[in-house]
Amino acid sequence: MATLSCRSFAKTSDGAPPRLPPPVARGPVGWLRRNLLASPFDAAVTLLLALAIAWFVPRAFAWALTDAVFWAPDGAACRGAAGACWAVIGEKYRLILFGTYPYEEQWRGAVVVAIFVAMIGFSAIGGISVRVKLAAWALASVATLVLLLGGVFGLSPVRTHLWGGLPLTIVIFVSTVAGGLPLAVLLALGRQSTMPAIRAISVGVIEVVRGLPLIAVLFVASLVFPLFVPPELQVDKLIRAIIGMIIFFGAYAAEIVRGGLQAIPAGQHEAAKALGLGYGLRMRLVVLPQALALVVPALLNDIIRAFKNTTFVAILGLFDVLGAAKVALEDPVWVRYAPEVYIFVFILYLLFCLAFSRQGMAVERRLAVRRR
Amino acid sequence: MPSDAGRPAGRRAAGLRATLYQILVVLLLVGLAAWMTETARRAMQQRGIASGFDFLLDRAGFAIGHAFFAFSPDDTYLQAFVVGLGNTLVVAAAGLVTASLLGTVLGLSRLSGNWLLARAAGAYVELFRNTPQLVQIVFWYALFTLLPGPRQAMSLGDLAFFSNRGLLVPWPAEPVVLAVALLLLVPGAALGFWVLRWSDRRRRRGRATPAPLALAGLAALALPLAFWLAVGAPAGWSVPVLRGFNFAGGLALSPEFLALYFGLSFYIAAFVAEIVRAGILSVGRGQIEAAQAVGLPRTELYRRIVFPQALRVIVPPLAAQYISLVKNSSLGVAIGYPDLFSITNTVLTLSGHTIEAIAIMALVYLSLALTIGALADIVNRAVRIRER
Repeated sequence: MATLSCRSFAKTSDGAPPRLPPPVARGPVGWLRRNLLASPFDAAVTLLLALAIAWFVPRAFAWALTDAVFWAPDGAACRGAAGACWAVIGEKYRLILFGTYPYEEQWRGAVVVAIFVAMIGFSAIGGISVRVKLAAWALASVATLVLLLGGVFGLSPVRTHLWGGLPLTIVIFVSTVAGGLPLAVLLALGRQSTMPAIRAISVGVIEVVRGLPLIAVLFVASLVFPLFVPPELQVDKLIRAIIGMIIFFGAYAAEIVRGGLQAIPAGQHEAAKALGLGYGLRMRLVVLPQALALVVPALLNDIIRAFKNTTFVAILGLFDVLGAAKVALEDPVWVRYAPEVYIFVFILYLLFCLAFSRQGMAVERRLAVRRR
Repeated sequence: MPSDAGRPAGRRAAGLRATLYQILVVLLLVGLAAWMTETARRAMQQRGIASGFDFLLDRAGFAIGHAFFAFSPDDTYLQAFVVGLGNTLVVAAAGLVTASLLGTVLGLSRLSGNWLLARAAGAYVELFRNTPQLVQIVFWYALFTLLPGPRQAMSLGDLAFFSNRGLLVPWPAEPVVLAVALLLLVPGAALGFWVLRWSDRRRRRGRATPAPLALAGLAALALPLAFWLAVGAPAGWSVPVLRGFNFAGGLALSPEFLALYFGLSFYIAAFVAEIVRAGILSVGRGQIEAAQAVGLPRTELYRRIVFPQALRVIVPPLAAQYISLVKNSSLGVAIGYPDLFSITNTVLTLSGHTIEAIAIMALVYLSLALTIGALADIVNRAVRIRER
């Protein structure tokens, strides 16, 4: 039997001719074969895409650079141009970046932006304890408010309705996250609570807010809320918008935090109880640190979304970057160059969001290393 | 209490404390709500605003610019809400279909071995995911309004025209017939699916049906086709033609609709792409290798091994994106598309019934979100892999 089965694998002289060696798999030719022309379908896709790029890129390049007008103080040079009119940015960048903030005081807004960028960089550094980072953020927030509000240290006071542009976007974003994360933890703990009334309230708030559009939540905060409060308790338009943003962000982030809480094994709760820790200490020292560490990447995604969502306040009539850009375009001389202005705004947000998501990846890698 | 008799004193005290906490919180909330309602009632009394939903049957007195649905200023506020909801549903449905298709293609492209394709899809995703949706919508709107006027419209084969009035496309002369036929595709698809299962069962018993896919397609199309023939097979098309300064005939898609539609679908497509990619990557490498080892062809590998397992991972986050798309159709208010939110905004300004109008809007959005969530639950249960 053994010899028979062996023979069936033996090569006979009248078998098929030897196969050709496989095609080149190394060097530039091999790379092309593997990555662009692996099959006829692949080759067709490559060809079509290459044609589309060859058509689009030179035109985009010509529009954005070679045919573009970069300098036109009164807009006249832009009228006949075939390409983009970037002169509108040179003319309006102060308005877009700082909104209606008093012109001579706009250096204060610039300092705020610089502080914010520095804080993003600082947060990305590993090996610094979370407490130090939080303290630095708190300090930066106080400095930001002092700079923008003024009234102390010889800075002239500026009312919030004059705030605008990038500093306003940053103020709304940082307050949303700073207020929303504690709210999210509270709501998530409430949803996990053993007390039925607390649980029902938390579930109700989370589900209702998550079922509404953000712009509706903002409208409720800025239009309906004032109806329910006596005149002496009315708050500023900006603060009402921020409250709306906080509630929306908190409801979404609560579900993420809940995911982290559910991932903590019951043994951790039991061990903490066995040590005699009460609810508060048990959550603060044992459960929450582990749960939050688990959901940092997901939370960062939500934080990036909160940054993008700050543009919604433009609909409420606040002058964040988008709102200020719209004001800039009300000038009849420059109204035709809306695409250029929005591309500028686009790039501004893109830079910040890419910075956040790169940082998110770094945090994810650091956590992965620690878990190993 | 007898049930507490066996429990240690500490536990009993904890139970009592929990009850006290809850009573306190509930009392606080009820008190706050009562106080706020009273404040609102008094403020409205002072300003002479009547409350209640009777205003819904009053004459609206405003026109709705762009309309897939007819509306005149003589219609009621209630009808205005219905038209707004209709506009929201139209743009959301178009956005859902486009975002799903584009997102799936992009997600698969990112995983493709084709270097150029993967890079292009990756660049798209990074670009559209990392910029605010509202900026995208406003950008598209600015672009569309800068197009040349109707007389210099860009013509696409003399059938469709692109101008600052929007996009004009040929449209069936009998749109109702088309709508019903499209609706009949739903039971048709179910029938086609059943035919596929049936031919599969037959094949396993050794009696293969010839061309099962074609057969299933035929079954899916049978119902709409039968309906179309039954109503006399209307085949007329209304093609847009330039008359004077504007177009006549065809279906007009306004710049507002197009901008919102582009902004919704292109933004969500980037997220769908990432979800599809993550879903496919979640399928174990061993599963694919095993399928290749038993000699499954590539299409079968995807149809029977990869997609069923990937769907489990894809469906829940996809539903969240769908809800987000429907909710963000409210951004139409920024460019003047008369969706539910814009209409609510107009109604509450004109009627003064702020609280009632916002309550109606909130209820409608909540039910839309809950409906999508419930549908996703059903799909999720259907694609779940039953383990022993």
